[in-house]
Amino acid sequence: MTAPTKTAQLPDPARVPSSEAGGPPRPSVVSRLASFAAGGTVRVVLVVLAVVWLLPTAGLFASSFRDSRDIASTGWWEVLTDLDQLTWSNYDALLSNDNFTGSIWTSVVITVPSTFLVVVLGALAAYAFAWLDFPGRDWWFLVVVALLVVPVQVALIPVARLFNTLGIFETSLGVIIFHTAFGLPFAVFLLRNFFAEIPRELLEAARLDGAGELRLFTRVVLPLGGPAIAALAIFQFMWVWNDMLVALIFADSGSPPMTVALQQEMRQFGSNFDVLAPGAFLTMLIPLAIFFAFQRQFVSGVMAGAVK
Amino acid sequence: MASGKVAVIRARPWAVASFLLPALLLLGALVVYPIGYSIWRSLFDASGDSFVGLDNFKELFTNDGIRTALKNNLIWIVVAPTVATALGLIFAVLTERIRWATAFKLIVFMPMAISMLAAGIIFRLVYEQNPDRGVANAVMTTVHDSFADSPAWPDAQPRPGGPVEAQDDGSYLLTSPAEVGSPAMLPLVAVPQPELADAAPAAVPQASGDQVTGTVWMDFTRGGGGTDGAVDPEEKGLSGITVQAVADGEVVAETTTAEDGTFALPAEADGAQVRLAGSDFQAPYNGAEWLGPSLITPAIIGSYVWMWAGFAMVLIAAGLAGVPRETLEAARVDGANEWQVFRRITIPLLAPVLAVVMVTLMINVLKIFDLVYVIAPTSTQDEANVLALQLYLSSFGTDSHQGVGSAIAVFLLVLVLPVMIINVRRLRRENQR
Repeated sequence: MTAPTKTAQLPDPARVPSSEAGGPPRPSVVSRLASFAAGGTVRVVLVVLAVVWLLPTAGLFASSFRDSRDIASTGWWEVLTDLDQLTWSNYDALLSNDNFTGSIWTSVVITVPSTFLVVVLGALAAYAFAWLDFPGRDWWFLVVVALLVVPVQVALIPVARLFNTLGIFETSLGVIIFHTAFGLPFAVFLLRNFFAEIPRELLEAARLDGAGELRLFTRVVLPLGGPAIAALAIFQFMWVWNDMLVALIFADSGSPPMTVALQQEMRQFGSNFDVLAPGAFLTMLIPLAIFFAFQRQFVSGVMAGAVK
Repeated sequence: MASGKVAVIRARPWAVASFLLPALLLLGALVVYPIGYSIWRSLFDASGDSFVGLDNFKELFTNDGIRTALKNNLIWIVVAPTVATALGLIFAVLTERIRWATAFKLIVFMPMAISMLAAGIIFRLVYEQNPDRGVANAVMTTVHDSFADSPAWPDAQPRPGGPVEAQDDGSYLLTSPAEVGSPAMLPLVAVPQPELADAAPAAVPQASGDQVTGTVWMDFTRGGGGTDGAVDPEEKGLSGITVQAVADGEVVAETTTAEDGTFALPAEADGAQVRLAGSDFQAPYNGAEWLGPSLITPAIIGSYVWMWAGFAMVLIAAGLAGVPRETLEAARVDGANEWQVFRRITIPLLAPVLAVVMVTLMINVLKIFDLVYVIAPTSTQDEANVLALQLYLSSFGTDSHQGVGSAIAVFLLVLVLPVMIINVRRLRRENQR
């Protein structure tokens, strides 16, 4: 279990003390040469590691631009020497496939509301846990924290039954409700800890000005909770967007979100990479864009929420 | 229970209720109630009508398929978090003083952003069996072939009913013994034409008075014609094949065929049997069968480590940044070398962070589903099986038994119970402070 760490961000390189700046005792020439050589080795090792880490994704990316005959006969690295192989045809085919474009829409329809609901319901409850007085407050919060690590697997059968009774089994609404419920323990936990740090004087001053509970919440707590809310929203968005298991069971298999639509395309030994590779790359586009645009919030969200 | 803070607001009950109830109702209906229902359901049979006590749990440990899943989960829980944490630690330490550390961290952390489905498709590509397509086997065969000779003619075979016979050890034996002065003819077939494009025409060996001579050649004339067992004009010699003369099970002489397929063995070979070494006809090295039954679980764990090593790295790097420089410097001044500083000071100071990373990854691995479901082909899904996948198959598969599915769910819940208790205890301690 990790506390929501504000330290867990990619460190700023400028803050890392450089070794050349050196302390008072000037290192000898020999030891400087030795450390330079060692530094050189470290650099080479890191470059190799970075290449190894990039290679799988590069392979998917390159494959998504090769036609099925090329994919079946040679490796994706052939494009490095033969740029003529590159083609948009896989993407053209995929994007003119109504099933697939429909699944993009379904992904949005599921992800946006469940992110919104988790933020709103989580913030309301977190505010109550942080600043309102009611009987059994600490006890209720303990229950929420206990629920943090409950595996979604526990709920699959019972909730499937429940949704069947309610008539929302295999609908996007069901998927939204499921993701909202399972996002809430983390949302309440993260936001309560953040809201509790709000200076009491701010709330008391607003209270003296005659603000009611709702006004306090929307005018003081929500704006101050911005960073935590952003981290939560990004984390929940990615979680839902990338989910396959819940959608596999609770989404309408006729118009599923992207992950399930692609899973349905998989065949034994994945002989249809001309569909899978561009499809997988398209599902990655939004998460990757968010990742690069909001690194800091994303990292702190993942750090705080990886327990899920 | 002691309250952490004195609340600033003594709110009206209906206000408190409207803040809390939406969240609590959802949690109650979709998280708390299912826990109770799963426990109850796990005590009933497939139809849900008759009470079977703990039979479904017994099934967990006796059913062969589920036991494979249990065993694999155990492997996962031990191996995946350990490897990911170790790599994360190494990466964090290596990047500590590198200028472009942020770029490296971005690259390694990036897989955290994508879905396990996408990662699964990515690694299906990586693990393709054919080294011409899968990058893992392409690397392995390249490395292998640069250290070991690849077989000369993997497809060559004796002509059925011809003078040469394949042996159990893969070598090819000329049935009649060699004689000085009478050339040994070793016709082979089945070499694909493209491989022969550069081969020299086969030559009929000269009879020699003090040597055993012979020819190994591709006894096939394109477009028909030609005589079986005779060197016809268009037929090509097979070069580079090791020819051995064997007498009483011992190799008495050895040579290699020339460009035109001819060879000459010294007189000692007279009366011995001529054998073509099996190593020249083995199938070429094709890398590992990543998606086959024996490697499938390690292969999927590899893809998991690719995704999660970045998580470990970033958490550990944050911890590393909190290690006081003065402590390290003091140890260095006292004469400790870098390894001692790392082993005796950095690691103990990082221990809490490492524990958090390990526990987080263990909980995560316990529920692993997507990667296994996507990467393992149907043919080896049984060998790759894990509890979360078995739960899905038992609950929603074609041959479903929701009693067993619920028992697996309860079992998973029991496994995370210690962490749940630790979380609650820590919170209570903080509240009492």
